[in-house]
Amino acid sequence: MAEVNIDRLRASDKQAGRRHGGTIAIFAVLLIVGIFMLLPIYLTVIMSIKPVEELFVFPPKLYAVRPTLDNFRDMFRDLNSNRVPFSRYVFNSIFVTVTVTALQCIFCSMAAFVLAKCKFPGSKLINGIIVVALLYQSNVIYIMQYIVMAKLGLIDSPLALILPSIASPMGLFLMRQSISQIPDSIIEAAKVDGAGLFRICWQIVIPNQKPALMTLIIFAFQAAWNIQSGSLVFKEEYKTLPTVVNQAAASGIAKAGVAMAAAVFMLIPPIVIFMLAQRQVIETMAHSGIKE
Amino acid sequence: MAQIAAEDIGKRTKQEQRRQLWTAVKQNRECYLMIAPFMLFFIIFTVIPVVMSLPMGFTDFNMVQAPKFVGISNYTTLFLSDKIFIRSIRVTLVFALLTGPVSYMLCFLLAWLINELPPKLKTVFTLIFYAPSMANVYTVWQLIFSGDINGYLNSFLIDWGIINSPIQWLTDGRYVLGVTIVVQLWISLGAGFLALRAGFQNIDRSLYEAAAIEGIRTKWQELIYIVIPSMGPQMMFAAVMQIVSSFTAGSVAQALVGFPSTDYKAHTIMTHAYDYGWVRFEMGYASAICMILFIAMFLCNKFISKALGKYLD
Repeated sequence: MAEVNIDRLRASDKQAGRRHGGTIAIFAVLLIVGIFMLLPIYLTVIMSIKPVEELFVFPPKLYAVRPTLDNFRDMFRDLNSNRVPFSRYVFNSIFVTVTVTALQCIFCSMAAFVLAKCKFPGSKLINGIIVVALLYQSNVIYIMQYIVMAKLGLIDSPLALILPSIASPMGLFLMRQSISQIPDSIIEAAKVDGAGLFRICWQIVIPNQKPALMTLIIFAFQAAWNIQSGSLVFKEEYKTLPTVVNQAAASGIAKAGVAMAAAVFMLIPPIVIFMLAQRQVIETMAHSGIKE
Repeated sequence: MAQIAAEDIGKRTKQEQRRQLWTAVKQNRECYLMIAPFMLFFIIFTVIPVVMSLPMGFTDFNMVQAPKFVGISNYTTLFLSDKIFIRSIRVTLVFALLTGPVSYMLCFLLAWLINELPPKLKTVFTLIFYAPSMANVYTVWQLIFSGDINGYLNSFLIDWGIINSPIQWLTDGRYVLGVTIVVQLWISLGAGFLALRAGFQNIDRSLYEAAAIEGIRTKWQELIYIVIPSMGPQMMFAAVMQIVSSFTAGSVAQALVGFPSTDYKAHTIMTHAYDYGWVRFEMGYASAICMILFIAMFLCNKFISKALGKYLD
């Protein structure tokens, strides 16, 4: 990015001053909106480290006078009191999250490439159905999904948490929109060179779709990490982390501190993934994409 | 005689069409193979449940007994005698019209502004704006808007002498919808925002250089002539996401201002569907409500794709 700026400055000296002023103005706007966005999360973190007696004093303070990790200790104590060791839930959640994220990315990318770049009988119909599926929200769907899963004998098996989340219409839509920007000529050229669609997809198209793919990873990870066992899995040894963490936190305002600690704790892995993926997105800029 | 010939031709073309279709299918074998894994899971876990749920709006279904066909009576009840539903339409429209366009523009504007920053700051700001969608913490908003003097907002306002007695943000009918809108905007920089961010990263940089040579000087011109035309697909994605999130909003209000909210001031169509589906177990009626919502979103989507299409192509 630094080189870009220098290039731009060289390109027009007159603009240089204006650009600097602009950057500062942009920064100011972002900072104001950023404070509004960040304040509730900051408060969440602060309240998770406030001792109980500080939670309800007047006036409420924007910082913890005597920060403590008691809330986290209480949360872990609650979690450890279950019949199944805590590490088992962690393992379950990681297993579900990694499987769902990986399969979703692979299947969605492949299908998105075909739907964006190939015309075949039925492709238009499928493209239409994807958007309709995104818009159709009904509270009966979950019941029907449950019936389908019961018929397949998936209830109370770990697969019940994984399989329904793999084919995400949103993931497919995201990838399809992004892949549609790749010039057809590149795909045609690869075809002339004798590459099959499968190879074109994985060796040419997807490596050039890093920003979209990384964004998909963020979405998929975040959704999968929050999958709750709900009414699908009753065996304690198959339950996921959010299920038990929510149980520990769901005791009303009196346990607000523990609830905040739980929220902070559950937020850490998605943020780590977000940072890793977002860095990849931004690095893409340095090496420009496909050119026609 | 002439008639027979015409029929013959019709038959032949039909057969031919079928044969052509079959060859096209065979030629595109690889395509079908590549969408097969996705389609398998998509059909089992999305298409089949959706198709099964479609006729539910015409039935009386309490989840215990088998659904009973009742024709369009659910729909007539909804529009003719369900006053709260009519009110929920108004709330949903106000809500969607206020949060939808505002948050869509915010998504675009902020994603664009972030794009001008150095890389390190880019990651930081993207994280800050996207974090609310990851956190989804309503408890903290409850404490901020809490009605007693312990609420952050009340205590702040009293401290500064703006108000004398605490305001019941979460229960006073005058503020309920406003509070919900603020929190909805807070979590609204979600999928659409990140997709737009990715889109900005993907714009070919040589376009900017070419534009500078062609005489494009201001950021504004750059936006109109380069950025928007090369962001079409991402803008469409963000629009669809925005339609879904602003029309189906309801969980924020439920978590924040309670259910039902004071005077049904924050009672959206989705809340109404939740009420009938999961509180009263009248699934048939709830499905009818969802169907109307779907039709509204579908039309809105058609309208927006038309409007966006005009500017992008």
